[in-house]
Amino acid sequence: MIQFFHILFAITFAPLLIGVINKTKALFAGRRGPPLLQTYFDILKLLRKGAVYSETTTALFKLGPIVGLAVTVVALAVLPFASSKPLLTFQGDILLLAYLLGLARFFTVIAALDTGSSLEGMGASREVQFSTIAEVALLIGLAALARKCGSASLFDIFSAISGQAWQQSGALLGLVGATLLIVYLTENARIPIDDPNTHLELTMIHEVMVLDHSGPDLAMISYASALKLWIFGTLLINLLVPIHGLRFLPAHVVFLIGMIGLAVIVGVIESCMARLKLLQVPDLLLGAVGLSTLAFFISAR
Amino acid sequence: MAAYADTLLIFLVLSNFFLLGSSWLTVYIRLVSIQGVILCLLTFVFHKGDIGFHTITLAAGNGLLKGLVFPLLLMRAVRAVHIKREIEPLVSYGTSIVIGTLSFCISMWLGAGLPLPIPVVSSLVVPVTLFTILTGLFLIVSRNKAITQVIGYLIMENGIYVFGTAFTLDAPLFVELGILLDIFVGIGIMGIIMNHISREFDSLNVSKLSDLRDWTS
Repeated sequence: MIQFFHILFAITFAPLLIGVINKTKALFAGRRGPPLLQTYFDILKLLRKGAVYSETTTALFKLGPIVGLAVTVVALAVLPFASSKPLLTFQGDILLLAYLLGLARFFTVIAALDTGSSLEGMGASREVQFSTIAEVALLIGLAALARKCGSASLFDIFSAISGQAWQQSGALLGLVGATLLIVYLTENARIPIDDPNTHLELTMIHEVMVLDHSGPDLAMISYASALKLWIFGTLLINLLVPIHGLRFLPAHVVFLIGMIGLAVIVGVIESCMARLKLLQVPDLLLGAVGLSTLAFFISAR
Repeated sequence: MAAYADTLLIFLVLSNFFLLGSSWLTVYIRLVSIQGVILCLLTFVFHKGDIGFHTITLAAGNGLLKGLVFPLLLMRAVRAVHIKREIEPLVSYGTSIVIGTLSFCISMWLGAGLPLPIPVVSSLVVPVTLFTILTGLFLIVSRNKAITQVIGYLIMENGIYVFGTAFTLDAPLFVELGILLDIFVGIGIMGIIMNHISREFDSLNVSKLSDLRDWTS
């Protein structure tokens, strides 16, 4: 029962994070900014509208957002947080999590290619190019954690991480944390990798692929991307803020505060940094691969 | 103590990765300075038992020369020759980072295979020194500007120094200080040479040095 509550918890609060990021950015720029709940309003508004489909698209185009949202919700089921057991846990579920997200990305890309637009093809190509490298960094980072904690299950890994583990091998956990932060920014199309607000076709990566979606489809896509932000944030918060031994309610409150803190940090990063040149993005991601490889070798000792 | 040594060595590795991925000469020089400070701290961590005249002289000499004097000399040289960036290296930055990661793996493998005569503070020492030496060598062969090659030479020497301090606890002070003096003079001379090259010719690009002639006919 409590496991289902976790999924509901994530589904309820995920769109809030985007609101927090946007509010932080607005405060930095001296604006008032959209309300915190704007993402909820957007999704509700889009759900009431109809969808427009181009004549060149096939069923794949309609399937893309549905599969994307469904798979992301399934990924929530293997994700432990606030040190309580997830719905599904077994040896090797780190791979399941990584490739469920991979499947969601695959369907977004397929739906983008299905429109037959060259612009969307370009976005799909960029998205795949960057996430290919980011996936290596994520998997090596998770492998380093798995080797350190002696288990290939997310729940065991994050139960083993505590304040004591940080004292013993803080360098390793710090390196994995840095890797996960870069992967978090990449996968969620945030600055410095991609700008979620840009609508300039030369620089768009992720936003290009969803240009042709409208109405409920677009609502599903924004919801799925909010959940994705939540999933990667959960990995980071589990690593950085190990919560053990707290009761049910305090643990969830601490966890939520951690997530909102992370969203504020992302907002600060986005306000202080410019977007990287497109050609420099692979260099940053390769740097993340280097960091995670370093962590992996340290964990092997 | 092992945890401190590990952390410092990891910072050394990170600074090497930064060196491989950056194009700004001022960033290179700052990283050289940071490495100098790391070496200074590492000297204390390695010799925790006997912090005497020997250790303090060595650490202070390293910290001062590599952390302050060399960077200042190099900064002056960079200003004098009006170069800001390493443009168009022979190996691109992304590839450099990949090669760096691979050479780190190779150093880990070599470090695991080398039997050590005496126990050391941290098992990371050998791999990290090998990696630092490899990074220095790689910078020398893959970058075009003379000044980057000087920096590569310094990085290589940093690796050798860490190796030396970790193993030869009782190495004569004068040998180590002598090496330090040699590099000091070396960096000074290279700075002067670079100044002269840039005054006589248009470019500091070493691949163009072979085209030099007395006159063009």
